[in-house]
Amino acid sequence: MIRIEPRLSPSKIMVYGAPLLAVGLTLVAGALLFGALGYSPTRSMYLFFIAPISDSYGLTELFLKATPLTLCAVGLAVGFRGNVWNIGAEGQLTMGAIAAGAIAVTWHDSTSFLLLPIMMMAGVLGGLAWAAIPAFLKTRFHANEILTSLMLTYVASLFLGYLVNGPLRNPEGFNFPESRMFGDAGLMPLLVEGSRLHIGALIALFIVLLAWLIMSRTLIGFQIKVVGLTPLAAHYAGFSPKKIIWMSLLLGGGLAGLAGMFEVAGPIGQLQPVISPGYGFTAIIVAFLGRLHPVGILCAALLVALSYLGGETVQMELSLPLAVTGVFQGMLLFFLLACDVLINFRFVLGSKRKAVP
Amino acid sequence: MSPEHLRLELQGITKKFPACIANDQVNFEVKPGEIHALLGENGAGKSTLVKMIYGIMQPDAGQIRWEGKNVQIDNPAMARKLGIGMVFQHFSLFESMSVLENVALGINEKGPLKDLAKRIIEVSEKYGLPLDPMRHIHTLSVGERQRVEIVRCLLQDPRLIIMDEPTSVLTPQEVDKLFVTLRSLREEGCSILYISHKLDEIKALCDRATILRAGKVVGYCDPSQESARSMAQMMVGEEIKIPAKKEGVQAGDDCLVVNNLSMSSGDVFVADLDSVSFSVKSGEIFGIAGVAGNGQNNLLSILAGERLCPDDRSILMNGRSIAHLGPQKRRKLGLAFVPEERLGHGTVPEMSLADNTVLSGHGVSDLVQMGWLRFSKAHALAKKIIEAFDVRTGGSKSEAKSLSGGNLQKFIIGRELLKNPKLLIVAQPTWGVDAGAAAAIHQALMDLRDQGCAILVVSQDLDELFAISDRIAVISNGRLSPARPSHDMSVEQVGLLMGGMFDQVDEWDEDAQR
Amino acid sequence: MIGFEVETLIAILLGVARGATPLVFAAIGELITEKSGVLNLGVEGMMLVGAVSGFITVVVTGSPILGFFAAMLAGALLSSLFAVLVLFLHTNQVASGLSLTIFGIGLSAFFGLGYIGTPIKGLQAIHISGLSDIAIIGPLVFGHDIMVYLAFVLVAATAWFLGKSRWGMILRAVGESHHAAHAIGYPVVAIRFAAILFGGAMCGLAGAYISLIYTPMWAENMTAGRGWIALALVVFATWKPGRALIGAYLFGGVTILQLNVQSLGVDVSAHLMNMLPYIATILVLVLISRDETKIRLNAPACLGKPFRAD
Repeated sequence: MIRIEPRLSPSKIMVYGAPLLAVGLTLVAGALLFGALGYSPTRSMYLFFIAPISDSYGLTELFLKATPLTLCAVGLAVGFRGNVWNIGAEGQLTMGAIAAGAIAVTWHDSTSFLLLPIMMMAGVLGGLAWAAIPAFLKTRFHANEILTSLMLTYVASLFLGYLVNGPLRNPEGFNFPESRMFGDAGLMPLLVEGSRLHIGALIALFIVLLAWLIMSRTLIGFQIKVVGLTPLAAHYAGFSPKKIIWMSLLLGGGLAGLAGMFEVAGPIGQLQPVISPGYGFTAIIVAFLGRLHPVGILCAALLVALSYLGGETVQMELSLPLAVTGVFQGMLLFFLLACDVLINFRFVLGSKRKAVP
Repeated sequence: MSPEHLRLELQGITKKFPACIANDQVNFEVKPGEIHALLGENGAGKSTLVKMIYGIMQPDAGQIRWEGKNVQIDNPAMARKLGIGMVFQHFSLFESMSVLENVALGINEKGPLKDLAKRIIEVSEKYGLPLDPMRHIHTLSVGERQRVEIVRCLLQDPRLIIMDEPTSVLTPQEVDKLFVTLRSLREEGCSILYISHKLDEIKALCDRATILRAGKVVGYCDPSQESARSMAQMMVGEEIKIPAKKEGVQAGDDCLVVNNLSMSSGDVFVADLDSVSFSVKSGEIFGIAGVAGNGQNNLLSILAGERLCPDDRSILMNGRSIAHLGPQKRRKLGLAFVPEERLGHGTVPEMSLADNTVLSGHGVSDLVQMGWLRFSKAHALAKKIIEAFDVRTGGSKSEAKSLSGGNLQKFIIGRELLKNPKLLIVAQPTWGVDAGAAAAIHQALMDLRDQGCAILVVSQDLDELFAISDRIAVISNGRLSPARPSHDMSVEQVGLLMGGMFDQVDEWDEDAQR
Repeated sequence: MIGFEVETLIAILLGVARGATPLVFAAIGELITEKSGVLNLGVEGMMLVGAVSGFITVVVTGSPILGFFAAMLAGALLSSLFAVLVLFLHTNQVASGLSLTIFGIGLSAFFGLGYIGTPIKGLQAIHISGLSDIAIIGPLVFGHDIMVYLAFVLVAATAWFLGKSRWGMILRAVGESHHAAHAIGYPVVAIRFAAILFGGAMCGLAGAYISLIYTPMWAENMTAGRGWIALALVVFATWKPGRALIGAYLFGGVTILQLNVQSLGVDVSAHLMNMLPYIATILVLVLISRDETKIRLNAPACLGKPFRAD
């Protein structure tokens, strides 16, 4: 019989080992799944994980997809650390895109270099405002932020649908539910010619470093951690949980809004009924996979971005549904949660009690 | 069952945990119709041992014999079937459920609830433990809750009742009543395994005692033949220097003044504060006694600033109102607070000792500068505390939860003392702490008082309050009695006050004056 | 003309019952899970997996009954994954529930891909000749599909179970204080496991109702947040089955209102009307949560807290 026993102190190896183990287990389970469906496990795994990044264009696509994931996940992770469960990043991303998009559409013939910074600010504010609603409802009425932030995601995507079908629809677009294309001044400058990778990736990198510094070195980061770990101790220290709720929701919302702006001003270039393949939800996985640590999140975002590319590749090559990506992401998170147990517990062989005559 | 059989016999019981051996080759026996004491310090392994007798845990090795037969007690239902009942220290009751439901959940038979309600009333009246089966647990006092547990045991006609520290939550008068019940049970032939570290109780009640130290049996004795001192020595293993009581000589001006403080607890399960008034002078230790759950936590969190009081005149420190200030601002004025819950209130369990110095040190010391943490300073401070207060730990990087209760308490008290506070508020300073650490903590508090600090101690432990306080007041159901010098007070008086009989004590005084 | 309007009204009221029934199943399932002290945020994922497995079973076998059973089995299976993580490996319940939803969305989309657009014959409303033909009352009382009645039976049975039965009392005790329940000898983990499986089965059933009756077809993400609304309903109901039923019918009403507003001649964008159920959920949550005492008195005290023996 195997049983679980608490460790005397958390295993340092497992803090880093558990995510790697989870990735390994996901690969094995994925191979088995493909095998069970009648595809060659090695070929499909190659197509899923290696083929997409075997050329430089693939790499730029990887960084492009990792950008919104990183931004959303860094913001969410700060909240999760503080026990604030914002799971509405998808909606905040959408509202950021809407706010930035509305400006780009309104001044579509502007050539001012100020347009892009203004759009970024609008994106941040849009996401921030949307996240302020659950923050207000939580601090004022104790309404569960998980449910409110999620409900607002549905509202945001319906709002986007309304806009591209109505007020923001392209007047010259043959009634397609899309806005007009943004002007050149409203598009993110590219990092690599011939790719879609834009300077948003660098901004995301900078934000990762900033978040790392804040979380590990400042009193604010310390406060968030204390509030998340032991709310009573936070009261003792004089840290205000309400402040933390506001701060982490606004931060998460602002970063998600920025990610939304990057999407519409980057690869998409206009407002469409759907602007994110679930980045805001997937960012939850990224946040956990990255140990809620900004640098870990960066690595996790690259891995998860790969699962998006891999899903597209197997869709083209094996005509498997794109939903494979979701299955992989779900499995990854499950295995990670399970492997995390090894940090504080260990498995022991043998029976708990000796036989009594 | 023949009378010559022992009721319960433990042979070589051993239980190991990853961090320690809780019980090591424990042997002892309980005879029919005796009250047997299991005596030991906090952490000696008493609770683990009785959990195995009641089937909550299984021993790693050893044999339990019940009325002459080897038994393996797989679960509490089996223990109850054998005739073993248990009254838990932290009650095993469900707050939002009725007395009746609680009893039904804790007994093996599954009859209709209506019949059970009748039997509860019968049994509770027979043993002088009145109970209303329909009331909800959260409306009951701590003493009444214990009654529910006892009645639940008695309903199953047990032949052995295990009582884990039953008096720690009772007033002295309630303790006397409990002893009457226990003695009458003994007359009926029921055995009682009585777990305690209070020597005078064991002398008063028990027929025999088994003494545990660090998981091992270190001796058996007849408590009536031993002195409290000799039993203490067996229990602790070494002579503890109990600090001599010395009253504060020069109490100065009022440092903390609480004026007519009334405040709802914000929780339906907890008593509201009702016009509480008192003052603590610089250079004195002011003790507040009372049974848990009478408003102490509410009072403490208001005094510490964790909850704010809307009435601005209700709390003054050195003459200025602090009612509207948060914990941080109060610390800047020289207030320090040691909460009851060491892990999860006074410290963050998963953080290092160094990080835990920041918890109460940010803003009042140089641990934080312009919003940036200064790790080297925090580690230096943690090391200083560890050295100055003899905290046994792996070092300043150890997680708070890795420390034993006594060492963590020394760390927290040290952390607050090193700030040279003008006013120190301490809750349950030695709750669950071994005797050596308790003596050290008491000495440190008295030294601090002699340096002119005003100290407020809130404790359930009357011995402790009488040992260190200069004045004592009693809190009961959210009301605070007038304070008196501790040398003018008897345990009986404090007991009456703990039960809320504020008027009777006054009459008593008038009687004494006549 | 009058006759036509009455018929529309009856159709709307029947629609309310159809909109409410999946919410009833999911909310009751989650209510039992939460009463045992476990918060499972995977409702949406379990519903989707139930919806797709029920749908596939009906396509393959043609039997709606088998479809509902398959959905319950699938929901329970998925929830057992959550149960193992939370009960044996002591993972964070919020994070594990979220992963369950993400996993369920992916899994259902994956398996359902070949079935998008496949027509099935949904379960028809029962027809009791004589009774169902009575004017107005007939269709309203006797004109629903069998699951609508089952939902009422489930609510009554749950109310009886929690309030009157010994096992219901034990379930409440485990959710109230797992330490006390453990100390007096109840198998906390086993009881919670059972409660989670029941919750999973009910969510599966709720999903199948959507894919077999409400809109007899399969589409990715077709539950459209109803799982989350069911979670909110449990809070709204302050963990009481009867109130969950009332709440579900209120939401059923909102959903149907949104579908019928345009047919009643009001010119509002469908997108804006579709926001109604979500906004209503937020409003309801706010209304109920502002009274902290009420929540404190009714919520299982151990909700969401991990339990380890010793």
